[in-house]
Amino acid sequence: MNSEPPGFELVFDADGNASLLLTGDWVEGQKPAAFAILRSDLYSSSTHQLVLDSSRLGSWDSTLMAFLLQCHNYCQDEDIDFQATDLPTGADKLLAVATAVRAHIPPQEPSKPWLSAFNPARLAKEAVDNLSESLGFIGEVAIALTKLVAGKSNTRMVDFKNFCYQAGPEAFGIISLTSILVGMILAYLGAVQLLQFGAEIYVADLVVIGTLREMGALMTAIVMAGRTGAAYAAQLGTMQTNEEIDAITTMGISPIEFLVVPRMLALVAMMPLLTIYADLLGIVGGGIVAGGMGITPLQYINQGETALQFSHFFIGLIKSVIFAVLIAVAGCRSGINSGRSSAAVGQAATEAVVTAIVYLIIADAAINILFQQIGI
Amino acid sequence: MVTENVSPGSEVHIEIRDLTMAYGSFVIQRDLNFNVNRGDIFVIMGGSGCGKSTLLKHMLGLISPTSGDILYNNESFVNASPDLRGKMRQCWGITYQSGGLFSAMTLAENIALPLQLYTRFSSAEIADIVAYKLALVGLAGYQEYYPSEVSGGMRKRAALARAIALDPEILFFDEPSAGLDPISSRLLDDLIVEMQESLGATVVMVTHELPSIFDIANNSVYLDTNTRTMIGYGNPAELRDNSDQAVVRQFLARGIAAPAEEQHP
Ligand SMILES: Nc1ncnc2c1ncn2[C@@H]1O[C@H](COP(=O)(O)OP(=O)(O)O)[C@@H](O)[C@H]1O
Ligand SMILES: [Mg+2]
Repeated sequence: MNSEPPGFELVFDADGNASLLLTGDWVEGQKPAAFAILRSDLYSSSTHQLVLDSSRLGSWDSTLMAFLLQCHNYCQDEDIDFQATDLPTGADKLLAVATAVRAHIPPQEPSKPWLSAFNPARLAKEAVDNLSESLGFIGEVAIALTKLVAGKSNTRMVDFKNFCYQAGPEAFGIISLTSILVGMILAYLGAVQLLQFGAEIYVADLVVIGTLREMGALMTAIVMAGRTGAAYAAQLGTMQTNEEIDAITTMGISPIEFLVVPRMLALVAMMPLLTIYADLLGIVGGGIVAGGMGITPLQYINQGETALQFSHFFIGLIKSVIFAVLIAVAGCRSGINSGRSSAAVGQAATEAVVTAIVYLIIADAAINILFQQIGI
Repeated sequence: MVTENVSPGSEVHIEIRDLTMAYGSFVIQRDLNFNVNRGDIFVIMGGSGCGKSTLLKHMLGLISPTSGDILYNNESFVNASPDLRGKMRQCWGITYQSGGLFSAMTLAENIALPLQLYTRFSSAEIADIVAYKLALVGLAGYQEYYPSEVSGGMRKRAALARAIALDPEILFFDEPSAGLDPISSRLLDDLIVEMQESLGATVVMVTHELPSIFDIANNSVYLDTNTRTMIGYGNPAELRDNSDQAVVRQFLARGIAAPAEEQHP
C-alpha cells in the first residue's frame, strides 16, 4: 500500500476559529509532523477554538495519539476549546482515556549541576553531615547498649548467635586467602629491598610487625566491610522496603536494640578472632616467600620472635574492635536510612561499603598517629 | 459538602484534626478532619497514590504531620512523649501493605514476639496462644514456616494473626485483601468482621475493594488526588447514593454512576 506522509493544515474561518485538518498516514516509519510547528501557529493566531477534522486522515497508530495528546494539553493550558469529536472510532476513545486524568506535576527539585559534584565546599559539608549523623547513630547505639547491660533491652540472643556465625566461621575461607597473600606480598616487597643490603633475614621482622600492627586488622576489616557491612545494609534496607522496620517501631521496639545491637556485637566479638587468625596466616605467608629466598623456617621463626612484642599484637586487636564498630555503624546506618525500592537497597549497600572503607582508613591513620605519639 | 456521620450514642475513639501531610515540600493531603467512633469499621478510600498509606502512617506515628493533630481517646498522639506513644501503641494491631512480617522469623516467632514483649506468659503458654491465633486465621500447623515459604494470601492472614496477638483495641489494615483472589479476600473480610465483633475493636482500614467497603464498613472518608483533601465522609452506601461529589459517587459505583460532564475538575 502506498502511504502518504502525515501532515496537517490549520485553517481559520471568519470568526478567527481554527480547524485542524489531519492528512496522510500517521504511522510508524513516516516522519511525523512536528507539534512544535502547530504550537507556534496556534500561539501567533490567538484563537479560542480548535476543531479537529480527520476527513483526510489515512491510517493511524500511537504517533497520531501522541500528537493529539500534545494538542489537548496545549489547548488546556491556553484555554482553547479543543473539539476532537471528529476522530476515527478507537482514536476518540484512546484520547478520552489518555486525557481522563490530568498530568501530574512533580515537585520542583533543585537542579544539581554536574560540576557541583567536585565542589570542595559541598563535599566538605557532606562529609561533616555524614560524620555527625554517624556520631548520632553511635550515640543511639550506646544508649541501647546501656539498656542491654541493665537487662532492659529487646535484643535477642538468637539473633546475636546467628550473626556471630555469619561474621565468624563463614568468613574463614576468604580471610585465609587474603591474609596469606598479603603476608606474601609484604615479604616479597621487603625482601627485594633488603636483599640489596644482604639483610634479607629482616624480612621476618617486617612481616611480623607489619602484619600484627597493620595489615592483619586492616585487611580483615576491608574484607568484612565488603562482606558483612554490605550484607547488613542490604538486610536492613530490605526490611525497610518490606515495612518490617515500621512494624518493629509500632510494636514499641527500638530498631537499634532489635536490629543494630546484635549485628554490631557479633562483629565486635568476631573481628578480633578473625584478626588473630589473619595475623597467623599472614606470618605463615611471609614465611613461604622467605623460604623461597633461602631462609629456613627455623631462622624465620627465630628472627620473627625477636620482633614479636605484645604491644604490636595488642594494637592490632584494638584496631580490630574499633574497625568492627565502624563497619557495623556504616552498614546498619545505610540500611536503616535506605529508601523503599530495590534500587535504593543497592545504593544503601554501596554506600555502606564506601563509607566503611573511608572510616577504616581514617581511623587507622588516626590510631597509628596516636600510638606513635605515646610511643608504643 | 461533608456528609455528617453520627451513629447515635457512639463515642469518639480517634480524631483527626486539621491534618496536613507532606513529603518535604510536596503536600499529599491537607486539612483532613474526621472522627472514628469506637467499634467502627472505618475505611480510608481514594485512588492510587492519593495518600491513603501516608495517612495511615501518620496515624501510626511513623511520619510526623506538617500540621494538625491526631487524638486517641481525646489525648494528643502527635505531641505525646515517646513513652506515652509506646503505651498507646501497645493496644494497636497493625498489618502493612507489603506485609511487614519479619522475614527472618518463622510465623510462630512473628506472632510470639509481641506476646514475649508485653505479657508475662511462659513460653509454653505463648506457644499455645500462637497455635490458637494461627488457627483463627486458618493457618493451624504453619508455625515453623517462614513468611517466604507461604503464599501471599497466607502471609496476609499471618500478618492479621500477629496483629491480633495482644487482643488490640484498634486494628489498622493497609489494603488487607489487595492481590487476593475473591474467595480469600471474602474470607479475610469475614475474619476482620469477626475480630472486630469478638474483640469489640475499632478497625481503620485502607482499601479500594468495593465489596469489602459495602459489606463491612460503616463509616469512611474519601481522599481526592486532584484537590488533595477529603471530599467525602460518611457511610459508604450513603455516599454512593447521596454524595454531592460526582467523583465519590463514581468511585463507589465503579465509575458508572456519575455522568461524565459532572466530573470533578
Ligand atoms: N517516602 C516517600 N517520599 C516521597 N513521596 C512519597 C513517599 N511515599 C509515598 N510518596 C508519594 O506520596 C503519594 C501517596 O502515596 P501513598 O500514601 O503510598 O498512596 P496510596 O494512597 O496509594 O497508599 C504518592 O504520590 C507517592 O508517590
Ligand atoms: Mg498504599
